[in-house]
Amino acid sequence: MFRPAIALVALASGIGPVMAWEPTRPIEIVVPFSPGGASDQMARTIQGIIQKNSFTKAPIVVVNKPAAAGAEAMMDIKSSAGDPQKLLTTSTGVFLTPMTTKLDLAWTDYTPVAMLAEDAFALWVNAGAPYQSAQDFVEAAKASGAPLKVGGTGSKREDQLIALGVNKAAGINTIYIPHTGGGQASTQLAGQHLDATTNNPAEEVANWRGGATRPLCVFSAEALPYTEKVTEDESWHDIPTCASQGLDVQYQMLRGIFLPGGVTPEQQAYYVDLFTKVSETDEWKEYLERSALLPEFRAGEDFVTYLQGEEEKHRAMLSDAGFLVQ
Amino acid sequence: MTAMDSNEDFDEAVVRPAELDPEADVPGISRRTMEICISGVLVVLGAMVLVDSYGIGAGWSEGLGPESGYFPSRVGWIFLALSVLVLVQAIRRPSDEVFVTVPQLLQVVRVLVPLAVYVALIAPLGIYVASALFIAGFMMIVGGSRWVTVLATAILLPLLAFWVFELQFQVPLPKGPLETALGY
Amino acid sequence: MENFQALMQGFELALSMHNILYMILGVLLGIVVGVLPGLGGPNGVAILLPLTFGMDPTSAIILLSSIYWGALFGGAITSILFNIPGEAWSVATTFDGYPMAQQGRAGEALTAAFSASFIGAICGVLLITLVAPLVASFALRFGPAEFFAVYLLTFCSFIGMGRENRGKIGISLCIGFLLAAVGMDSISGDMRMTWGSGELMRGFDFLVVVIGLFGVSEILMTVEEGLEFKGKNARIQMTVVLKTWAQMPRHFVTLVRSCAVGMWMGVTPGGAIAASFMGYGLARRFSRNGRNFGKGEMEGVLAPETAAHAAGTSALLPMLSLGIPGSATAAVLLGGLMIWGLQPGPLLFVEQKDFVWGLIASMYLGNLAGLIIVLLTVPLFAAIMRVPFGMVAPLILMVCAIGAYTIANSIFDIWLMLGFGIVGYVFKKLDYPLAPMVLALVLGDRAEEAFRMAMLGSGGDVGVFAANGLVSTLIVLALTLLLWGPISDLLAKMRGKMATE
Repeated sequence: MFRPAIALVALASGIGPVMAWEPTRPIEIVVPFSPGGASDQMARTIQGIIQKNSFTKAPIVVVNKPAAAGAEAMMDIKSSAGDPQKLLTTSTGVFLTPMTTKLDLAWTDYTPVAMLAEDAFALWVNAGAPYQSAQDFVEAAKASGAPLKVGGTGSKREDQLIALGVNKAAGINTIYIPHTGGGQASTQLAGQHLDATTNNPAEEVANWRGGATRPLCVFSAEALPYTEKVTEDESWHDIPTCASQGLDVQYQMLRGIFLPGGVTPEQQAYYVDLFTKVSETDEWKEYLERSALLPEFRAGEDFVTYLQGEEEKHRAMLSDAGFLVQ
Repeated sequence: MTAMDSNEDFDEAVVRPAELDPEADVPGISRRTMEICISGVLVVLGAMVLVDSYGIGAGWSEGLGPESGYFPSRVGWIFLALSVLVLVQAIRRPSDEVFVTVPQLLQVVRVLVPLAVYVALIAPLGIYVASALFIAGFMMIVGGSRWVTVLATAILLPLLAFWVFELQFQVPLPKGPLETALGY
Repeated sequence: MENFQALMQGFELALSMHNILYMILGVLLGIVVGVLPGLGGPNGVAILLPLTFGMDPTSAIILLSSIYWGALFGGAITSILFNIPGEAWSVATTFDGYPMAQQGRAGEALTAAFSASFIGAICGVLLITLVAPLVASFALRFGPAEFFAVYLLTFCSFIGMGRENRGKIGISLCIGFLLAAVGMDSISGDMRMTWGSGELMRGFDFLVVVIGLFGVSEILMTVEEGLEFKGKNARIQMTVVLKTWAQMPRHFVTLVRSCAVGMWMGVTPGGAIAASFMGYGLARRFSRNGRNFGKGEMEGVLAPETAAHAAGTSALLPMLSLGIPGSATAAVLLGGLMIWGLQPGPLLFVEQKDFVWGLIASMYLGNLAGLIIVLLTVPLFAAIMRVPFGMVAPLILMVCAIGAYTIANSIFDIWLMLGFGIVGYVFKKLDYPLAPMVLALVLGDRAEEAFRMAMLGSGGDVGVFAANGLVSTLIVLALTLLLWGPISDLLAKMRGKMATE
């Protein structure tokens, strides 16, 4: 149900050095999750960087709209069509929400600005657990009488798709338990109420450093690039990929920025320029490293093509899982 | 004390009119009628809850555990049973007490109507202009204040709110044509 | 002893001139933010967060956490004066605080609330100072089954005996649970009871419902009875503070009980909301004056305020040592920590000693500064009761509308607030109690979520609720409290029989 949108046409013609438009009122960054989560941290980091470097004269406000797993924020941006002072931080939810609910939403109703980073996922277990590799975990799941419990954020979202992917690839049967946030799942893992989580690096790093949980493998094609030590003797780079351990599941999630639909090419170009500047600052690079995010800046045509590819990939995954509604 | 001064011109309004005394023998809605109406509405709501809960599934699902209607449907049954109980109690009760007298009701309506108009005006006019109109209207309906006081309150309070919310804390509130004209 | 030295260093750090200024500024701002329902603590903290990036982390966290303390104090003001709780944990404060204000005892109620907050907060900080690392790991023992048991305990300590019609108590409780269920279900992602409406998808926000049920309905009640506030003749004197303090030692047991409840609920992730209701419920049940609760009993203000603040403060402990925020404000602070490059978690206490002890020292000082400042404002706030109704009522309604709007930037929520105002007015007149509805609305979805997660994990085996010592103790305690009324009646009867024989 891909809809060719005005936004795409606008985008194709909008890249140019014309800087005619500038925001006059406060810019609102709408975060579809609650304060403190990964999306919120990204929005507030951006807010800090823009204000500290005076990239724009207009003040920046971060607004959280966490209800209905982000659908509320998407509805809000949809109804603000034509308002160039509103931005939406988003993740893969931008396709998943429309596809798993009956709501009348589609990412093509929005104007893509830029993709800022890609977020990895890993398989985490309690530090005291006997498994040393993904293979050990799979063996244990096969041997266990009661199914093992895998926790993650939200239902019918990335985390659950990965958990189902693991079940399918390894031929095991784990139960997925949805939590309202990655931090909550991480704490439950540290307290041994779960057997594993499929959290993002940033959601587990505190407990990893504190010696409460540890990663078995990352669901990426290659190991993470950051080689600085996170714990006493391990860096993000030292975590093996799941594929190298015989668990062939790969998944990465985009983190990006959208404008509402119906904005002018000049307005869109203004924000592409703004976020290009943000992504080049040292503060941003520090933030990426701290949260183990992969630098993947895309704007314009490149971003749209990427989005279309990702949408098709997710449609197939959801339909396999039986979560597809529309 | 400025509060004391403005109190002076207000004294007439605070005298309690005789017809607002609930003991006085004036027409009104009986408590029994009201009890029956409300518990009747609750019974209908209870039925609606059950329809919705069983519609989305109220049992056990493999992989999800209790389905999303599991909890509401059980609460819904208790709710329905209790509502029916209260309805029966209401029908049985003698109709002696007065729930609200007509003058009391008019008094409430005098506040409720401006309030509803206010909420309706927020979308087209923005919250600040609507608030100014509401404050002025409310003070005039309640009466007892000099028009200078009314005017000053109606203009200063929304301005103060604008300063606090928009300028200091950057909380975006609904704005209308006036704010747009002024460049906000 | 090592901790003690670290704390003393923390005091030195916090007591520098500019940090004290930040503290006072923060508390004042916090009070403003706490009084206006449209600006919750998270807002105030979030807006100032970017401004603090240039400061050193210790000063920044002192400024921001002082806003937090200020907002906690400020929340009680509107609850007592206008029956409008700005935060979920000040709902229980309205039960006796507002009747006190109506009787012209607003000054007394405010003083009691502020002093109780202070006592609670200090208990919480003492806990953090003395046993931080020990207690933090206790929170890890709470899985879904234990969470459910804590919520059950809260319900049972609050419900059980009431003077109202039992059918109506039950109905009110059910309405709360059902309202909490409306919207998107977090476990399955299904829409529940939205009837196809996009606005209802968000569900009913607690604050919208409470502003309507308590605040707007109260104005309607006042209008019906003549256009005047009942507490108009409040006497305003500074001595009211001293007089209230003189009465407080009488309620020593209640204070201690509430502190204990609060600290326990703060460390176990039950939170300040559950603590305030449980503190109030237990005080009503075990106090000699229990029968008068709800009619303007000072103990009914002390109990929930002490518990809420003890919990709110203790909840910073899991945040610092485990990285789990206990409230929305704490979550924003947590985000701030990360932006400053401080990673909350078990290692924060080891790696960032200066910062942690500076923060803990500022908790003592910030609360002390907060208490002094709010007590000085008691006469000012009590004087609001003397402003004519015609002027204050539209102001309150405007602030209510702004508050309802800002929660989700939705005008639909203002209509909902108005609707719940009428519901509140009718329910109050028909003796449907509102408190059980609010309690179920706040904690209902969390209890349901915990229950379903526990059942999902156990594969449908109800045995998880008796699987270990912790959860079974909680459940037994809850059921005992629920049946306490009948049990104590029985005991009294038996004792009476023995006496006559």
